[in-house]
Amino acid sequence: MTNELDIFVGNTTLIDEDVYRLWLDGYSVSDAVARRVRSGILEQTGATAAVLQSDTMDHYRTFHMLERLLHAPPKLLHQLIFQIPPSRQALLIERYYAFDEAFVREVLGKKLSKGTKKDLDDISTKTGITLKSCRRQFDNFKRVFKVVEEMRGSLVDNIQQHFLLSDRLSRDYAAIVFFANNRFETGKKKLQYLSFGDFAFCAELMIQNWTLGAVDSQVDDMDVDLDKEFLQDLKELKVLVADKDLLDLHKSLVCTALRGKLSVFSEMEANFKPPASGAEDRTPRIPAPQNLSRGLVNVAAKLIHNKDVRDLFVDLIEKFVEPCRSDHWPLNDVRLFLNQYSASVHSLDGFRHQTLWDRYMGTLRGCLLRLYHD
Amino acid sequence: MPGKLKVKIVAGRHLPVMDRASDLTDAFVEVKFGNTTFKTDVYLKSLNPQWNSEWFKFEVDDEDLQDEPLQITVLDHDTYSANDAIGKVYIDIDPLLYSEAATVISGWFPIYDTIHGIRGEINVIVKVDLFNDLNRFRQSSCGVKFFCTTSIPKCYRAVIIHGFVEELVVNEDPEYQWIDRIRTPRASNEARQRLISLMSGELQRKIGLKVLEMRGNAVVGYLQCFDLEGESGLVVRAIGTACTLDKLSSPAAFLPACNSPSKEMKEIPFNEDPNPNTHSSGPSTPLKNQTYSFSPSKSYSRQSSSSDTDLSLTPKTGMGSGSAGKEGGPFKALLRQQTQSALEQRGGSPHRFCKRREFPFFTLTAFPPGFLVHVGGVVSARSVKLLDRIHNPAFVGIMGNTRSYKLLDWNSFNADEPETRDAWWAEIRQEIKSHAKALGCHAVVGYSESTSICEEVCILSASGTAAVLNPRFLQDGTVEGCLEQRLEENLPVGCGFCHIPYDELNMPFPAHLTYCYNCRKQKVPDVLFTTIDLPTDAAVVGKGCLIQARLCRLKKKAQAEANATAISNLLPFMEYEVHTQLMNKLKLKGMNALFGLRIQITVGENMLMGLASATGVYLAALPTPGGIQIAGKTPNDGSYEQHISHMQKKINDTIAKNKELYEINPPEISEEVIGSPIPEPRQRSRLLRSQSESSDEVIELDLSHGKKDAFVLEIDDTDAMEDVHSLLTDVPPPSGFYSCNTEIMPGINNWTSEIQMFTSVRVIRLSSLNLTNQALNKNFNDLCENLLKSLYFKLRSMIPCCLCHVNFTVSLPEDELIQVTVTAVAITFDKNQALQTIKTHVEKSLQRASTDNEELLQFPLELCSDSLPPHPFPPAKEHLESASSNSGIPAAQRAVTVEKASPVAEGNFRNRSAPPCANSTVGVVKMTPLSFIPGAKITKYLGIINMFFIRETTSLREEGGVSGFLHAFIAEVFAMVRAHVAALGGNAVVSYIMKQCVFMENPNKNQAQCLINVSGDAVVFVRESDLEVISTQQPTANCQPLCTGGEVTT
Repeated sequence: MTNELDIFVGNTTLIDEDVYRLWLDGYSVSDAVARRVRSGILEQTGATAAVLQSDTMDHYRTFHMLERLLHAPPKLLHQLIFQIPPSRQALLIERYYAFDEAFVREVLGKKLSKGTKKDLDDISTKTGITLKSCRRQFDNFKRVFKVVEEMRGSLVDNIQQHFLLSDRLSRDYAAIVFFANNRFETGKKKLQYLSFGDFAFCAELMIQNWTLGAVDSQVDDMDVDLDKEFLQDLKELKVLVADKDLLDLHKSLVCTALRGKLSVFSEMEANFKPPASGAEDRTPRIPAPQNLSRGLVNVAAKLIHNKDVRDLFVDLIEKFVEPCRSDHWPLNDVRLFLNQYSASVHSLDGFRHQTLWDRYMGTLRGCLLRLYHD
Repeated sequence: MPGKLKVKIVAGRHLPVMDRASDLTDAFVEVKFGNTTFKTDVYLKSLNPQWNSEWFKFEVDDEDLQDEPLQITVLDHDTYSANDAIGKVYIDIDPLLYSEAATVISGWFPIYDTIHGIRGEINVIVKVDLFNDLNRFRQSSCGVKFFCTTSIPKCYRAVIIHGFVEELVVNEDPEYQWIDRIRTPRASNEARQRLISLMSGELQRKIGLKVLEMRGNAVVGYLQCFDLEGESGLVVRAIGTACTLDKLSSPAAFLPACNSPSKEMKEIPFNEDPNPNTHSSGPSTPLKNQTYSFSPSKSYSRQSSSSDTDLSLTPKTGMGSGSAGKEGGPFKALLRQQTQSALEQRGGSPHRFCKRREFPFFTLTAFPPGFLVHVGGVVSARSVKLLDRIHNPAFVGIMGNTRSYKLLDWNSFNADEPETRDAWWAEIRQEIKSHAKALGCHAVVGYSESTSICEEVCILSASGTAAVLNPRFLQDGTVEGCLEQRLEENLPVGCGFCHIPYDELNMPFPAHLTYCYNCRKQKVPDVLFTTIDLPTDAAVVGKGCLIQARLCRLKKKAQAEANATAISNLLPFMEYEVHTQLMNKLKLKGMNALFGLRIQITVGENMLMGLASATGVYLAALPTPGGIQIAGKTPNDGSYEQHISHMQKKINDTIAKNKELYEINPPEISEEVIGSPIPEPRQRSRLLRSQSESSDEVIELDLSHGKKDAFVLEIDDTDAMEDVHSLLTDVPPPSGFYSCNTEIMPGINNWTSEIQMFTSVRVIRLSSLNLTNQALNKNFNDLCENLLKSLYFKLRSMIPCCLCHVNFTVSLPEDELIQVTVTAVAITFDKNQALQTIKTHVEKSLQRASTDNEELLQFPLELCSDSLPPHPFPPAKEHLESASSNSGIPAAQRAVTVEKASPVAEGNFRNRSAPPCANSTVGVVKMTPLSFIPGAKITKYLGIINMFFIRETTSLREEGGVSGFLHAFIAEVFAMVRAHVAALGGNAVVSYIMKQCVFMENPNKNQAQCLINVSGDAVVFVRESDLEVISTQQPTANCQPLCTGGEVTT
C-alpha cells in the first residue's frame, strides 16, 4: 500500500513556521522530516513518522507554489489563490528575503552575475549553507537589484514598496544593492573582521550623503550611484595636505583642542603629518610612516577612479584603521580626534571647500568609527 | 419577464506573458451571453490592462438568464496568427434574478484555463434589469430562491414547507462525441464546462417552476449532482425541499398569531396519541422479542403494515397481521418481506396535505422547533442498473436483502431519455416511501440520493430517516400558529422525537423497547439511527464522536449483467456488515444513537467499498447501552479461552475509557422508576449475518441486550477475530480534538470564531497480487485512520477544536486505486466554558434553543426599526404569482420598496462600487460546510454558488506530479469560489460541499485530468461583536460592519 497522492488544502493556507524555515534553509523533504523527528515533535503530538512525512510534503508543495509569488511580493498580497492572513503574508515575505550573515559577506560587493552564481558551490561548502539556500539568497539579491537599479527615488523606499520588506530588511537590501552596484571590495583578508552590519552602516551613510539623491531629491534621484561631480570635486581637498601652511595650521588646531583629552595624544600628534615635519619625534615605534590626515585626504582625491572607489574600504583600513589600531587608540579617542579633525577645518581661513569637506568627512567619520573595532 | 443584462469590463491584472519577444501581452476581452458576443478594444503591451469598457448590453429572455452563464474570454491579440486564448470566466447571474439577493456582481475574478489553471484576474461589473411581464405561461422561474443549506436559512422563517422537488436533465457528454477526436483538449473541456453550466441552469429553472406550481418561493436543501455515465451520457439531477419562506424582518412575523391552536389540535390528530387503545394495550402485553432497532436496509423495515392510507398522519396499524409475524421473530420477517412488496403498492386515499406530492420527502436535516414529532429510523434503498445502451434489456436489481429483483425490458427506451433515469429514481423513492410507512411514519427527512458508477454499472442509492412530522408546517393556508406552546403541552421537551412512531404490537422489525428515560411516558427503542442532525432541543449526555464503519469486498471482474448480478448479490452482505460494525463501534463508545448517518457504497472494477459515517451520541431518553460480550465457540481450548478473556478485558477497558473521554455519565436511575412493564428478556433472538448456508463466515450475533445483558459477539473463526481486532484499532483523536459529521458537536456549544475549512485527498495503490478481503479491509481502514491522524496533526495549532461535518467520499478510479476525499471544518472552542457546560448540559441546550429564537427576533428588529414601518417583504415572485392584484404595481415602485426593505444591500452596493483597487488587500472569504458561522450572524443570503471545473495537464511531472497537480487545482477552485462570493458582495460560503472530485491520471503519458463540482450558499455575515455596535448606530451605517467583517476576520 503506497500513497499515490496525498494532499491537504485549507481555505486559509496553513503555514508551519518551522517547516518554512527548513524549506528556506534548503533541506530536502527527507532531511526536513529527519530534523523534525529530532526536534521531538512526534513525542509531543503522538504523531507517526508517516504523518510527519505527509505533512512536510504538503507544506513543501505549498511553499513551492508560493515561491513564484514571493518573487514579486505585491503579487502575494493581491493574488486570490492562497488565502493568507496579512500577518502571515508579511512573515512569509520577510523570512523569504532574510539572508545569512555568512552568505552575504561572501557576495557583498560582487557583481550579481552568472559568474558569481557559479561560485555558489564554493560558498556553500565554505559556509555550510545548503546550495539551495545560497541560490535563493543570491537570486533575491539579484532580483531586488534588477528591480530598483534604474529606479528613481529613495532606494530604501523603493525596496520597501516593491518587496514589502520591513524597514530593517529594506535597509540591508539597500546596502547590498549599493555595494553590488559600486562593486566595493569586501573580501580582502584585512576586511574579514568586518561584519555585514558594518558595511550596511557605511552604505547607508554614503547613500544619504554621497549619491545624487543626497543633493537634490527632485532631479534624477538616483540612490545607487555615487555623485560623480562630488567625486570629481574631492580632488580639491588635496590642498589640505599639499599646502604646508594649511596642514600645520590644521594640525595645531587639532592638537590644541585635544591636548590632555587623548590618552594617545602623542601618537596622534606624531601621526598627523609625516614625521619629518614634526618637532618632537618621540614615536619611533610607529612602523608605518604614514600620516592620518594625508591618508584621509588622499583617499578622497583618488575616488575619481572607479578602481579606487572599489578599494575604498581597503584604503580606509590601511590608511586609518590599522595605524590607529597599532597605536592602541581607544574608540573614544578616535571619535574625539575625528570630530576635532573635521571641525577644525572650519577655522582654516584659507580653505574654501568647507561644504565639500563636510559632505566627505561627515560620512567618512561615521564610517571610520563603525569600522574601528577588532 | 425579459431583462437587460449589462456587463462592463474594467481591468485585468497579473496576466501571463503571451508575447515572448516583449514579455508583454496585447489583451482584449470577448463577452458572450447566449449567441451575442461583444469585444473590448485591444489593450496593447500590458500585463495589467485597463479596458474600462462601455456597458455591453444584452437583451434577453429570463429563461435564458436562468439557463445561460455569462462567458468572459480573455485573449491575446495577434496580428498575423490566430488570437491566443488566455482563459475564461463563467459567471452565474442567477443571484441577480431575485430581489433579496445580490444587486450587482462586481469584483476580481480569476481567469481560468483548463490547461494552465488560473492566469491572472479580471475585474468585471455585471447588472441585470428585469422587466415585469404578465405572461402566465412563462418558462422561467426567476425569483425562486435556492439554498444548499439543509435547514431553514438563518434569516428566514418557514411559513410552509411544501416538500420534495426533483428534476433531472440528460445530455450527451461532449467528451464522448465524435468531434472530440478532432478538437483540442481545451475545447473539449470548455464544451463540457459550458454544457454542465447550461444544464445546471436549466435544471434549476425547472425545479423553480415546480416550486412555483406548489406555490412556494424557495428551495432549501438543494442538492445537485452529476452522473458522468461515459458513453451513455451526462445526467444532472437535483433534489430539494420546496418551502414558502418569509424574510425575518418585520416584527409582525413574530407575534404569535395563535390561530386557535387548540382547534387545530383537534382537527389534526397527532400520531402522538392517535389511538388510545394501542397505548393502553401496550404495557399489558409482554414483549416476546427484543432486539435490533435499527432499520438501515429494508430487510429490517420491510415488514409491511396494512395501513391503507398511503401517507396518513395517523398510521393505522393492522394489529392482526402484525402480531402474527411477531412470533416468528426476525427470521420469519425476513422471509415474509419477500412476498410482501405487493402489499405495499396499494395506494391509499391520499391525505389532504400531500395531494400534490408523490413523495413526502424532505432534504432538510435540521428543522424548525416542533416540526419533527417522532423519528422512526433510517430507511435506505439501493438499486443496481446497467447503463449500457447496447446491453438492453437493462437489468434492474433491487437492493436490500431481497433477491427478488425484477428484469425489465427497457428496449423501448433510449438510455438518454430522462424518463429512464426518472423511472429508476421513482422506483427507489417508492421503495423508501414504503419503508417509511412500515415504520409507521408518513415522511422521510434528511433525505439524500447518490450514485456510484463504474463502467456500465451504476448503483443508485437513496436514504433518509423515517419520521412523523407536525402537519401544521406542511399545510397551505395556515399562516401562524402557536406551535411551541402546543408542543410543550403535548411533547416532553428533548425526548419527543425519540418516541417510537410505530405501534409496538406490530413492530416493523424486532426492537427492544423501554419507557423513555426522560419523560417515562412513551416507549423508546434502545438504539436510534438517523440521517438528520441532532435536534437542538435533544437532551444528550456528554459529547459525541465520529463513528465510521469501513468495509471492502472483492468481486470478480465481469461484464454487464453478470457484473450487475454479482454486485447486487454482494450488496446485502455489505449493508449487513456495515451495520454490524456501526453497532459494535457505537456500543464500544458507550453511546446509544447515531446522527447524520451516511452510508456510501462505491463500486469498482474488482471490488465494492462501503463507508458509513455518523456521529455517535448518548441520548438521555434512551436506555444505557449494554457492553459487548465475547463468546468463544470452542470452549475446550484453554489458551483460546484465555485469549478470549483477554480480549474481553480490552473491550471493557475501551468502553470505560470512552465513557470517560466523552464524559458519558448519565444519572443513575433506580429500577422502579424505569418501570417494570417491560420484562427481562428470556428468549434470545438471533440474526444471521448471512442468509446463505454456503457462507463459511457465519457470525452469530446475539442481539439480546437488555439492561443487564451485554451485546454478545461470538467468535468462531479468524474472520470474526479480525473483526473484533479492527474494532479496537480505531484510535481516539488526540486530547483537545473532537470530531463529528453533523453540523454541531453534541456537548460543545461555546464555539469561538476561528474556523478552518479544508479538503484532503488521498489515493493509495494496493499491491495487486492475491488480495484478500481482510488485507483489503485493513488497507482501507489504515487509509482512513491515517488520514484522520494527519488531519489532527495538521490542525494541532487550533486545539481545543472540533472537526465538524467531516465528510468522507470514497471512489475507485482504477483497479488498484482507492481514493478518499475528506472535506470538513475545524472550529475552535473555549475549553473552560466547555467544562462548565458539561454539568448543566441539558439545561444549556434547552436554553440555546430558546436564545436562538430570541436572536432571530431581535436582529431584524434592530435593523429596521428606525427606518421602516413594520413591513412584510414578500418575495418579488409572490407579487407575480398573485398576478391580478399585484402585477399592476410599476416596476420602479417595486424596486423602491425592495431597496428600502434592504438597507443592507444598498449600503453594501454603495460601498462596493468604490474603486476596486483602492483597497489593496483581498477581503477574506470564509468557507464552511456548516450552515452557520460561529460567533457571527448571517444577515443576507446572496444566492447559491454552483461551480464545475475541469483541469487537465499534459505535463504532470513538471507540475509536481499528481499531488502537485491536484493541490494546485483544489486551491484554485477555492480561489474561484471565494472570488465569486466576494463579487456578489459576500464574505462567506456556508453549506459548502465538494460534491464531486473525479481524478484520472495517466503517468505514462504524463497526463492527468480532474473534475470538481462544488456548491454552497454565498452569504453576508456580521460578527456578533460588531452587531452590538450596529444596533446603537444609525441604520445607514449598516454597510460598514458588513464590509469590514471580511477584513476583521482572519
